[in-house]
Amino acid sequence: MLRALLQRIRQGHRTLPFPPPEDALPEGFRGRPQLDAAKCKDGCRECADACPTGAIAVEPRLTLDLGRCLFCNECVNACPTGAIRFTADYAMAATRREDLVVGAGRTRLAEPVDVTRRKLLARSLRLRQVSAGGSAGCEQEAAALGNVVFDWGRFGVQFVASPRHADGILVTGPVTVNMKTALEKTYDAVPSPKIVIAAGAAAISGGPFAGAPEVLDGADRVLPVDLYIPGHPPHPLTILDGVLRLLGRLRGSA
Amino acid sequence: MARSVLSLPNGGLARLGDIPRLRIETFREVIVEAAPDRRLVSLFGMPEADGRVRLIAILARAGEPALSATSADVADRYPALTPLLPQAHLFEREIAEQWGVRPEGHPWLKPVRYHRSYRTGRDAWGRREEDPLLPGVSDFFEVEGEEVHEVGVGPVHAGVIEPGHFRFQCHGERVIHLELALGYQHRGVERSLEGGPDKRTIHIVEAIAGDSAVGHALAHSQLIEALSETEVPPRAQAIRSVALELERLANHAGDLGALSGDVGYLPAAAFCGRIRGDLLNLTLLACGNRMGLGWVRPGGIGFGIDFQPATYRRISDSLPHALFDLERSFHLMRTNSTVRARFEETGALPGATCEELGVVGVAARASGIERDVRRDFPLGRYAEAPLAPSTWNSGDVFARARVRWEECSRSADYILETLRSLPRGASRQEPGPLQPECLAVSLVEGWRGEICHVAVTDARSRFRRYKIVDPSFHNWMGLSMAMRDQPISDFPLCNKSFNLSYSGHDL
Repeated sequence: MLRALLQRIRQGHRTLPFPPPEDALPEGFRGRPQLDAAKCKDGCRECADACPTGAIAVEPRLTLDLGRCLFCNECVNACPTGAIRFTADYAMAATRREDLVVGAGRTRLAEPVDVTRRKLLARSLRLRQVSAGGSAGCEQEAAALGNVVFDWGRFGVQFVASPRHADGILVTGPVTVNMKTALEKTYDAVPSPKIVIAAGAAAISGGPFAGAPEVLDGADRVLPVDLYIPGHPPHPLTILDGVLRLLGRLRGSA
Repeated sequence: MARSVLSLPNGGLARLGDIPRLRIETFREVIVEAAPDRRLVSLFGMPEADGRVRLIAILARAGEPALSATSADVADRYPALTPLLPQAHLFEREIAEQWGVRPEGHPWLKPVRYHRSYRTGRDAWGRREEDPLLPGVSDFFEVEGEEVHEVGVGPVHAGVIEPGHFRFQCHGERVIHLELALGYQHRGVERSLEGGPDKRTIHIVEAIAGDSAVGHALAHSQLIEALSETEVPPRAQAIRSVALELERLANHAGDLGALSGDVGYLPAAAFCGRIRGDLLNLTLLACGNRMGLGWVRPGGIGFGIDFQPATYRRISDSLPHALFDLERSFHLMRTNSTVRARFEETGALPGATCEELGVVGVAARASGIERDVRRDFPLGRYAEAPLAPSTWNSGDVFARARVRWEECSRSADYILETLRSLPRGASRQEPGPLQPECLAVSLVEGWRGEICHVAVTDARSRFRRYKIVDPSFHNWMGLSMAMRDQPISDFPLCNKSFNLSYSGHDL
């Protein structure tokens, strides 16, 4: 007992404030990409050709779909003029699928849900996590929100064991054909009103598996999704930021 | 007698034509008679132009630095290996499901992942195309008798983990047998890789099991390097071993915390959760992603990712602190009588069972079996700087925790030593074109155990067949055996002590 207490003192307070300090993420972290179409050479489509998931379009203007993006840096490496770069900005979640397609201008981050759900859930949100073909990457980052560093319990958010105890579900993975029924049943078991969150490129678009006959290319093919959280996998801060925005507890730019 | 096996090293290449093509009877004899001396690393089918299926086996023998490959052609059925060689059981179920080839005499021939046969019209169970195919719907072992009952769990579980269905046959609290029905995570990985490599290949590989992204990316990279006969610069090899050991450290630290949490000892659970995050952040620092995505690439390490001196100084400075805290956390667990009482003699898996089932990785080493790719089939930096396997002999939850801690300690030392002597020079050598009509094998000791990738190229140097064996594929049956005669309430703890991958199994 004494030893445990001594260790507790030694290890100290490790919870990261939120919003986190500037240096919480290192320089090389691949967060929100920044596009500068002015640097594009006419007719150049090196980035689009290099992208493994077809997330980049160059016509009519340079855009990048965060819902498909694997944050793999292939576009940055391919671009001859430095028109694309990944920033350390972790805030990327959106409430509408089309808002994930970023161009050169300002982007629209997630907006609060309707008043009914906000009143019910803003101060206490219980989520059931469903992995539907997820590789454990997104699942681990979601689970990390429960540890002492990210501790989303301080905002009243928590994962629970049963859909009956939940206010919504957080889906990861491309939704395999073999998980479709289980996902639908879990959703049905959550009492209304409820929310659905798709976390990670796979859950938004199928990610690296998009187009494979064994997967359904994302949660919104099966359920009405209220929040899309990009990333491969999304950083815990990206998930936390998105959820707090959805609950109306965080507004404006990060 | 003609040569019955072809010997090839880890990361080695063989002309497809040089691999012995035996009669199925001889093929069985070669594999079965070699056991228990030899172990099945991989066994898979590959369709041939004449409509038959070529079975290819990759075997390993303890103490022998080379692997061996052999093969045989079969039509729609062949006499199963499983009755004589239990470690073939899941491989043969997979062959039946993928290619509609029936291993006759297989004691429990069920689907593995619940998908249609890849040879249209050839179904091992005679199911028609229009019949519905539902995951988990099949026969299960049933025990009958007074007070015997059945408990079904999943596919959706209570924690933040992947889906799978577990069915327990219980007598009161006591588990008589646990049967697993997986396949819910099946994404068609092997099929998606056929016709490659292309720009999506490495990203699919990194998503085979997201917590082993580095391990699988390394296995794939070694395969590409074997097929293209690429020499990887020493600096890249050293950095890749740092990546692999950091992945092991982070996952082992997380598992130690989760084990502690499962028995309700929260101090160590909280500490380890935080330490795991600190270790992931070192990976993030090095490559821009907490899971190590993008770090390892064919030919070396990811483009634009090289260690800046400041980066490795920071890793060298932070790692000893993380390890010290982890050591204190493990010490708390080890010296707490309640934790000990729950860990010891729980879920014991005898070494002999491990041998029979071909169990690999932490689970095998915790049952006293010295089996570790890093020592047995070393490649890259591991060939120059050997790393001794960590073992314990009680085979229980405590042993699996103890082995994890020891591996953390050795991995940290290995990383620090590697960073101290990091070779200079290039960190990438662009691989050239792949050799046509060849087979290559690549093994990596991932944090769970042996990861095996095998690729066969066609005449145009594309992947004709890509076979992946995640360590979980060997080990799930080990968990079932460890649960026998255990109280069902110890299942979460036993399960966590193995911590196997669903997606790695389901592919």
